[in-house]
Amino acid sequence: MTLRAAMSSSDFNYIRNLVRGQSALTLDPGKEYLVESRLDPLARHEGFPSYHQLVATLRFGPFRDLHRKVVEAMTTNETSFFRDARVFAMLAKSILPALVAGRSAERSLNIWCAACSTGQEPYSVAMLLRECQPSLERWNIRILASDISRNVLTRAHAGRYNQMEVNRGLPAHLLVRYFEQHGQWWEIRPEIRRMVEFRETNLIQPWHDLPGMHVILMRNVLIYLDLETKRTILERAGRLLDRRGYLLLGGAETTMNLDDSFEPVSFEGAVCFRRRQT
Amino acid sequence: MILTAYLKKLGFDVTVAVDGRDGLDRLRGMEKADVVLVDWNMPELDGISFVRAVRAQPAYAALPLMMVTTNTELSNVSEALGAGADEYVMKPFTADMIREKLELLGFPV
Ligand SMILES: C[S@@+](CC[C@H](N)C(=O)[O-])C[C@H]1O[C@@H](n2cnc3c(N)ncnc32)[C@H](O)[C@@H]1O
Repeated sequence: MTLRAAMSSSDFNYIRNLVRGQSALTLDPGKEYLVESRLDPLARHEGFPSYHQLVATLRFGPFRDLHRKVVEAMTTNETSFFRDARVFAMLAKSILPALVAGRSAERSLNIWCAACSTGQEPYSVAMLLRECQPSLERWNIRILASDISRNVLTRAHAGRYNQMEVNRGLPAHLLVRYFEQHGQWWEIRPEIRRMVEFRETNLIQPWHDLPGMHVILMRNVLIYLDLETKRTILERAGRLLDRRGYLLLGGAETTMNLDDSFEPVSFEGAVCFRRRQT
Repeated sequence: MILTAYLKKLGFDVTVAVDGRDGLDRLRGMEKADVVLVDWNMPELDGISFVRAVRAQPAYAALPLMMVTTNTELSNVSEALGAGADEYVMKPFTADMIREKLELLGFPV
């Protein structure tokens, strides 16, 4: 074990403000250990002897890729296939059938995974839609998946997972049907990968070129953001969401007391949020 | 027996069998089993034969069966599902993986 001084409050505050300004992610005092443990590998990778020199360089230079990478390093990317089985059961048994019935004239669906991490969530949605065939045959379906982190988007786009990742939450019959095994890697089949469009989108910056959405999955991201930002993002999500659309949040997230234009609705033991009809 | 301890923690009453043959005997002796977790590689009657033997009996047509094994080829998973297994966990596993797979089988754990 090596002993060394804890992160200085000046370094911590600098990082905290940088991260908050760029992503609205909040780092509360007391999280110094977390910041250190995430900055150290980045510092070494970028050729600095320690995170302290990295912070010094960030402070005195203009905003550049290094600042972005620091913000990226502070994101928590924990995810899994079909995370929270009840949410996907709700999607399969209640939400999709209602949308399919309600949009049989248009035959189009837009779905957005607004913090998709390494891709398990949008690919779960894509597999689920595949399983709904043939009722969706000849439908025009777009699954957009975005995240602030380029790192996770690169992994998501590759669609390549290790054994631990495919062991989690993914029904075995879907592993057999939609994955190929390459050595120690499990790769999502091209027909599923092609269904998902990945792009970099920071939720606190303008959301460019997003069509109106019928389903928005914005799961396990608001929880990391400050209150004002949650409000702003929910308000914008409400405008993007079709009047009869569905917003899905993480298990510990809600619109209650944040945005009254949404109301919670429960199906299959899970909760989603819909625009209040006025 | 990490698995046994974990299942008990989730609230299951656990009956342990030493191999497939013993497993079939114990299953017959039980009033009701809600789910069976079975390894692949066992001395007397391996997991895949166990699964086939269980599925061959109409009384167990709907009994949830989950394989938990070091066999990690896609073809193994395929074969197990073909034989009648419902779920498949590749070792090494974590407690969370077991819980998530049980959820997929419809257990509210
Ligand atoms: C815990 S993961 C959630 C992944 C997935 N939605 C799920 O529920 O499993 C949170 C993701 O939010 C992303 N994120 C954090 N702040 C963001 C922001 N301001 N804009 C877009 N994505 C952000 C992180 O990069 C991370 O991949």
